[in-house]
Amino acid sequence: MTVAELAAGLRAGSYSSEELTRHYLDRIARFDAVLNSFITVVPERALEQARNADRRLKRGEAGPLTGIPIAHKDIFCTRGLKTSCGSRMLDDFVAPYDATVVSKMDQAGLVVLGKTNMDEFAMGSSNENSWYGPVRNPWDTALVPGGSSGGSAAAVAAGLCAAATGTDTGGSIRQPAALCGLTGLKPTYGRVSRYGMVAFASSLDQAGVLTHSAEDAAAMLQVMAGFDLRDSTSADEPVPDYSVGLAGSLEGLKIGLPKEYFGEGLDGAIAHSIRQAIDEFRSLGATLVEISLPNTALAIPTYYVVAPAECSSNLARYDGVRFGYRCEAPQDLEDLYQRSRSEALGSEVKRRILIGTYALSAGYYDAYYLKAQQIRRLISEDFRQAFAQVDVIMGPTTPSTAFAIGEKAKDPVTMYLSDIYTIAVNLAGLPGMSIPVAPVSGRPVGLQIVGNYFREAQLLNVAHRLQQATGWHLKHPGDYWA
Amino acid sequence: MQWETVIGLEIHAQLATKSKIFSGAPTAYGAAPNTQACAVDLGLPGVLPVLNAEVVVMGVRFGAAIGAIPQGRSVFARKNYFYPDLPKGYQISQYELPIVGKGSVEIVLDDGTTKRVGVTRAHLEEDAGKSLHEDFHGLTGIDLNRAGTPLLEIVSEPDMRSAREAVAYARKIHQIVRYIGICDGNMQEGSFRVDANVSIRPPGGELGTRAELKNINSFRFLERAINFEVERQVDILEAGGSVVQETRLYDADRDETRAMRSKEEANDYRYFPDPDLLPVELDAKFVADVVAGLPELPDDRRQRFSSVFSLNAEDAALLTSSRELADYYEAVVGVSGDARLAANWVMGDLAGALNRDGLEITDAPVAPAQLGGMLKRISDGTLSGKLAKQVFDAMWSGAGSADEVILSRGLTQITDIDAIARQVDEVLAANQSQVAAFREADDKKRAKMLGFFVGQVMKATAGKADPKQVNRLLREKL
Repeated sequence: MTVAELAAGLRAGSYSSEELTRHYLDRIARFDAVLNSFITVVPERALEQARNADRRLKRGEAGPLTGIPIAHKDIFCTRGLKTSCGSRMLDDFVAPYDATVVSKMDQAGLVVLGKTNMDEFAMGSSNENSWYGPVRNPWDTALVPGGSSGGSAAAVAAGLCAAATGTDTGGSIRQPAALCGLTGLKPTYGRVSRYGMVAFASSLDQAGVLTHSAEDAAAMLQVMAGFDLRDSTSADEPVPDYSVGLAGSLEGLKIGLPKEYFGEGLDGAIAHSIRQAIDEFRSLGATLVEISLPNTALAIPTYYVVAPAECSSNLARYDGVRFGYRCEAPQDLEDLYQRSRSEALGSEVKRRILIGTYALSAGYYDAYYLKAQQIRRLISEDFRQAFAQVDVIMGPTTPSTAFAIGEKAKDPVTMYLSDIYTIAVNLAGLPGMSIPVAPVSGRPVGLQIVGNYFREAQLLNVAHRLQQATGWHLKHPGDYWA
Repeated sequence: MQWETVIGLEIHAQLATKSKIFSGAPTAYGAAPNTQACAVDLGLPGVLPVLNAEVVVMGVRFGAAIGAIPQGRSVFARKNYFYPDLPKGYQISQYELPIVGKGSVEIVLDDGTTKRVGVTRAHLEEDAGKSLHEDFHGLTGIDLNRAGTPLLEIVSEPDMRSAREAVAYARKIHQIVRYIGICDGNMQEGSFRVDANVSIRPPGGELGTRAELKNINSFRFLERAINFEVERQVDILEAGGSVVQETRLYDADRDETRAMRSKEEANDYRYFPDPDLLPVELDAKFVADVVAGLPELPDDRRQRFSSVFSLNAEDAALLTSSRELADYYEAVVGVSGDARLAANWVMGDLAGALNRDGLEITDAPVAPAQLGGMLKRISDGTLSGKLAKQVFDAMWSGAGSADEVILSRGLTQITDIDAIARQVDEVLAANQSQVAAFREADDKKRAKMLGFFVGQVMKATAGKADPKQVNRLLREKL
């Protein structure tokens, strides 16, 4: 069921938040041994929150989402709870404070069932890079759920929580949403506070949600969005009411279709599903405009300089000195650093730290980091020009459907290419969504919708209208929704 | 062979903010270890820096004070290196675009002439914590109280040619940062730290290889460290060797510089703009307001003191050495009206008493109004210099205003000739034999013996008799 339906049920008294929470906890106990979507489950704490929510509901002090059981990606600091970021490095790290996203959700009365699995430090596109083991896709447990918010995606898709938070640095919400048949929303950079979100690449990281519907995403974003004094990069822009325009007409909407997103490398069956969705939009009154984003091919190489550069610095704090993993019996300081980091960080994380360190080194800075920043501006400029002509941009979220666990694990470049359509959106800082369209061979397919800065309401409106017209978002993995 | 010394200084001035540069934790000195470090200072996962606006104001003040009014954009960058007391593995500093650009200050040399010393730049940055090696038996303790304390790093041009010039420049910067209220200047507590880059070369030649001297916590040590280092480099070069570029620590106990543990290779700090912080864009109105709020700068004040109060250059410099002292002096003049007399007392008895009791001018037990009030009583003849010292001592011990002390202790000078004459007669009558001896003595001896009689009269009047009158009367009567 969607968050909207559950909220209505709570309000009508059909069930209590405590009952709902027990329902999800039971499902986690039943299914998650296989799916491995949670790193931490906190039944007692969740039930306590649920009882508080029930009191608020009874007293008429409840917000729209009070009592809804959700899960947080294990990248958000939660006071008193382990916040591992999928890494051995933080396996014993209990955050002493709440991320802004977490405290906003708490204040709104949502119930936190636990913390979801993820690629280590949000680096990965398959959720195979977790210290806690890979997450399985509920549509087919031989497949990956995508990453890095793979645990959140699998948990929502399998009905182990009503919705979940995620983070998206290069596609980490949209790609797993696509692979798991969900609605994923990555807001404009700065729309949601990054405070308390363990940093991967600060200029790209953005928190968002994975839900069953655009309506749910709107309700969740409503709680999360807003300026935060603790995050200098958060946007001091008013937060609109995301629910009011959801059902608005799409008559006259101009949809840009970048020719670069429909070319070589895109699976034919996926292209067909995407075309089918776009035809739906045409029948909803939208007009289609072919556009070009000429620097698309540069997005991945640019990203793999910028993101590793920032990560090499962001992850320097994991040194074994103050918190986190420390190697046994270090001989001296050098040994403490070397072994603590070697032993506790995974290979993908190390690869990116090395790439980033190299890119920032004296003599290489201009050729890599500075050049990447210049190209990043060109990519933003491509979008700026596109949005002068169109309202939203659409295309596939991913070039292929979910792949098998282990299939791409040995080949980082192929893995990196699975984010080819999502990465440019982060480089430009734009809001993007992925919503489910017609599946291919039983595997979900995601349509990506990109909007102009702070136009989340428009994205949600566009997505909602398609979902109302088609019902594709209501398809669930049968094993879990019998 | 002749050598020319070339010195540039890097000064870290700790900015006098209540909270840290990127967090709300307090900056007070001397708290128990790790009690003034919050999640941001500890570099916990997920925390973000938020710039303390006060440090920007202070940076602008400094720029304005050295003729480099900041404008436009400055950018915070990360300086990446691993060290146990550097919690994030990088220091947030400024690199390509510092808040303060090129400026200069004027220093006065030993021969009284002046010289301009260039300031290359000044940038904002956070301090690191401290590593504690004592009390931990084979372990190192980390105190992060200081982590995130705001610093202004002031980098000079290599314009100084002697240790004395370097000291004069460092003192000038010290004076400026204290005048404009951005740093308390306390060198012992590390609020004002000076590193010196020292090299030598044949006069006018190419710059030589420099050594960076650290761990200097007083102006005296700065002079000694540089002098030691220059001699060391001269010895090396004259023996045909070459100077190694390195960081050397000054050891005050041995009065020498020593190489720090040599690093295998040069550090590559991999600077890049900090993506967690927005560039600082200075608004022209903001800058204008800050500049308008600046106090009179030390050089301007020194010149004004010279011209308005007719002080010589030396006295004007001394009285304006700190803003507090200059404020004190001006307040005394305001009450007493006699600039010269005020200068004598402020630089003389007041300075002496402060020195004796180890007090700063701001802690002086005698307020400017009290001292000024006393000087008025000297000017109007109520007090002799000697009595004034008694009044001053009484006020120092908390006895109230000068007039109150004069009244309660009856310290008014006796200027009544008849009263003094009576005392003189009594003293002469009581000391017949000395009078006889005086009359038989020659002039030379008499001058000495007169002192005895003056002393007796002053004793009899409890020091209140006007000594000039006493002398005159004694000579007449003897």
